[in-house]
Amino acid sequence: MKILDYDVVVIGGGPAGLSAANTAKKNHANKVLIIERDDALGGILQQCIHPGFGLHEFKQDYTGPEYAYRHIETIHQNNIDVFLHTTVLQLMDGSLIAVSKSGLMKINYRSLVLAMGCRERTRGAIQIPGSRPAGVITAGTAQRLINIQGQDIGKNIVILGSGDIGMIMARRLTLEGAKVLAVVELLPYLSGLLRNKVQCLDDFDIPLYLRHTVIDIVGNHRVESVTIAPVDDENRPMIDKAWSVPCDTLLLSVGLIPENELTQQLDIIIDPKTRGPIVDQTMQTSCKGVFACGNVVHVNDLVDHVSAEGAKAGKHAAIHAQTKTDIISTQTRIIPKEGIHSVIPQIVIQDEQDDMIQMALRVSTPAKKASIIITSNDDILYKIKRNHVRPGEIQMIKIRPSLFKDLDQVSIMMEKES
Amino acid sequence: MIKTDVVIIGAGAVGCAIAHHLSKHMIDVIVIDKSSDVGGDASKSNSAIIHTGFDAKPNTLESMLVVNANPMYDQLVADLDIPFQRVGAIVSATTDEEAALLPKIEAISHENGVFDVEILTADQVKERIPQITDQIKGGVWVPRESIIDPFIMVVALAENAVANGVRFLLGSKVTDIIVKNGAVDRVITETEEIQTQYVINAAGLHSDDIASMIGSIDFTVHPRRGQFFILDRSSNLETPHIILPVPTKKTKGKLVSPTTHGNLLIGPTAEDIQDKQDRSVTKEGLDEVLHGVKKLMPAIDVTYAITEYAGLRPTKTPEGYEIYCSDTTEGFVNVLGIRSTGLTSSIAIGSYVVQLLKQNGLQLIKKPDYIAKRKGIRKFSTADMQTRKQLIENDPRYGNIICRCETISEAEIVKAIHSLVPATTLDGIKRRLRPQMGRCQGSFCTPRLIQILSRELNISPDRIRKNDKGSELLFHREDKP
Repeated sequence: MKILDYDVVVIGGGPAGLSAANTAKKNHANKVLIIERDDALGGILQQCIHPGFGLHEFKQDYTGPEYAYRHIETIHQNNIDVFLHTTVLQLMDGSLIAVSKSGLMKINYRSLVLAMGCRERTRGAIQIPGSRPAGVITAGTAQRLINIQGQDIGKNIVILGSGDIGMIMARRLTLEGAKVLAVVELLPYLSGLLRNKVQCLDDFDIPLYLRHTVIDIVGNHRVESVTIAPVDDENRPMIDKAWSVPCDTLLLSVGLIPENELTQQLDIIIDPKTRGPIVDQTMQTSCKGVFACGNVVHVNDLVDHVSAEGAKAGKHAAIHAQTKTDIISTQTRIIPKEGIHSVIPQIVIQDEQDDMIQMALRVSTPAKKASIIITSNDDILYKIKRNHVRPGEIQMIKIRPSLFKDLDQVSIMMEKES
Repeated sequence: MIKTDVVIIGAGAVGCAIAHHLSKHMIDVIVIDKSSDVGGDASKSNSAIIHTGFDAKPNTLESMLVVNANPMYDQLVADLDIPFQRVGAIVSATTDEEAALLPKIEAISHENGVFDVEILTADQVKERIPQITDQIKGGVWVPRESIIDPFIMVVALAENAVANGVRFLLGSKVTDIIVKNGAVDRVITETEEIQTQYVINAAGLHSDDIASMIGSIDFTVHPRRGQFFILDRSSNLETPHIILPVPTKKTKGKLVSPTTHGNLLIGPTAEDIQDKQDRSVTKEGLDEVLHGVKKLMPAIDVTYAITEYAGLRPTKTPEGYEIYCSDTTEGFVNVLGIRSTGLTSSIAIGSYVVQLLKQNGLQLIKKPDYIAKRKGIRKFSTADMQTRKQLIENDPRYGNIICRCETISEAEIVKAIHSLVPATTLDGIKRRLRPQMGRCQGSFCTPRLIQILSRELNISPDRIRKNDKGSELLFHREDKP
């Protein structure tokens, strides 16, 4: 087996991985490698041919491939090694085993960056009743088939879930000549970004049914119809108010799950809320020298945030690769309480620089006016007011680590204001 | 017109097992099925268990065939390379009333000739299955109850039959059987006309439709639907043995079983329905499964559900196995009433049918060049590092991983597409190799599988199907260059 040595190895060539690799190089990591299983760099950005990328980072409205290209250019300028068509099979402490058509290889690393992204939640995971015909497809799979493989996935479409990819695909399919008959969401509010509802549903007169769900799929070979029903306060379908919609395709946009099967081989601690590794503000996981960024940590709303996380992971991976001794510092656990679904980072460490850190929060319910509060016992350490907070949109707050000095844990919560 | 000696209608476990046994002899055999792949209706969605017959109704044809079949599997799985494990089952009593029935279960087992069962105390059950309910009152250990990959079993039987000269006519529904001078003459399908001396009706759920083509029938067949869940390997739930409930007068109950691929299978329901195509899962059915299995293993959590499916057991009225030569039409053999135990008994039914044909004058001479062994596709995922290295050296496509959940390579997929019983659909590849069966359910690999199928079969991607005609995944695009 071929044996290779690198300072920083990045698994995944999507936006998180690209940014991590470039930033690692900028921070003087000598040998940097990206391992990507697809035939090109860019990850899911390759199939996101719609605009809306890079508004924060480049002050430009790029499409996914354009945004990816900005980062890929730098990868090539930086002479970062890239292995395409290569799959990581096994992760070990200090090394990994990967495979491609040219054979198996063992790759030793000083620092590792996990940037594998996420996968889509499936029909099986949410137990939609009905038959099992062709034509039930996740939104991201449909996006690849249409935008990369140039195929036509359906003519009359119902979309379950108001996630961002689902709404973007509603517009895309309409532009492709298909008829999107309904977008159905179980929750009383949108799962994705408000701007996607405006630009992708409202502008194309696509009806959105909040507090509704699909209770049956009909068709032996291909989807023939689905049955939609409103749900009561306990999410139970109201069968007497159900109606049937003839269609050939049911598109699912019912959530994304960080892809952490490899991560678990290193016994890295996973946050049950985000389903990604627990990280500190340097994006280091519970395993020393192993960093994680992007959707493998938590599902992000904007690619700019993913790239920013990648940059943090890349920088600290480079520093770790060049440092012989580990700095031991005190840690504070950030515990999400009322109104907060999850928080990244889950751990804040103290260091001499005391640089401002960004915390990414997902609230659990929408609110017109709210305060985000951090407390230790009953002391309020931090409070900020926010308007129009939604579960589909990440809230960013900036904090100095010294705020938590000598505290084992703090709580973060949201208070709605009437 | 095609000429043959024997036509078998139905390419499920029973039809393929009969073909497997007939292929040892110097006769010409054709297996016909309406579906575009082997695997039938019932054989592809069931609880994947090879039973011992311990709980069969004693002194029936079913009991005899199931009890005889079980010991045949050690040789069969070795010869045909089928995933199979003798994990054993524990019939688990969770109430005092159920515990009182255990001696009776043991007695019936003995009456069926299954003598290696053993009554266990609650502590003994708990020791063997730590995650079983704390309410456990005792159990019956049935050591030879086993798990199998039912798809591979049918594919292996079919491939071995093809290697020995049997032909398969798939995706071609039988529309008529022509009888001449009181004997079988021809079988007409949607695409072919086949002259034959013998017709074996192994059509399972549709065996009533086939039997009625030669005359009036005195039975009906309806589907008894069974709904199941498959749980992910990462669910932290495990049982080394099959956990069977104590059957009540009303129902056989819901079971928990490991699978040969390390998942957990829970189910089934038993719903008598009319529509022979209705493989729907229902909220009520899935809730019933969950309620049932939680009595055995309270920790079961469907957060880790990968998929849900329903199978249709052919249920004959009146119930019971019946295998006989028609007394009105010479050369017509009915194989009827083969219900959920049919996956197990199929291999014994195969030899039983061969004996029956022999008694009815079919000349059977052993093939001198019979090929007894069949080898499955070499799997990358289960190979050790040295073997993986060699596999890639011989065929670099082994290094191109297409399914990340189950670690399946392009080489394996290409081999399945060009195998003796070719996988020409997404479901065909799924059943042979398991891509789309893991936790992402094909979100990642489906677009790539469509590309590989299209390339290897040299057809346009919009003609790639999930399974049968009408299940195309993509629509034809007029505007494509």
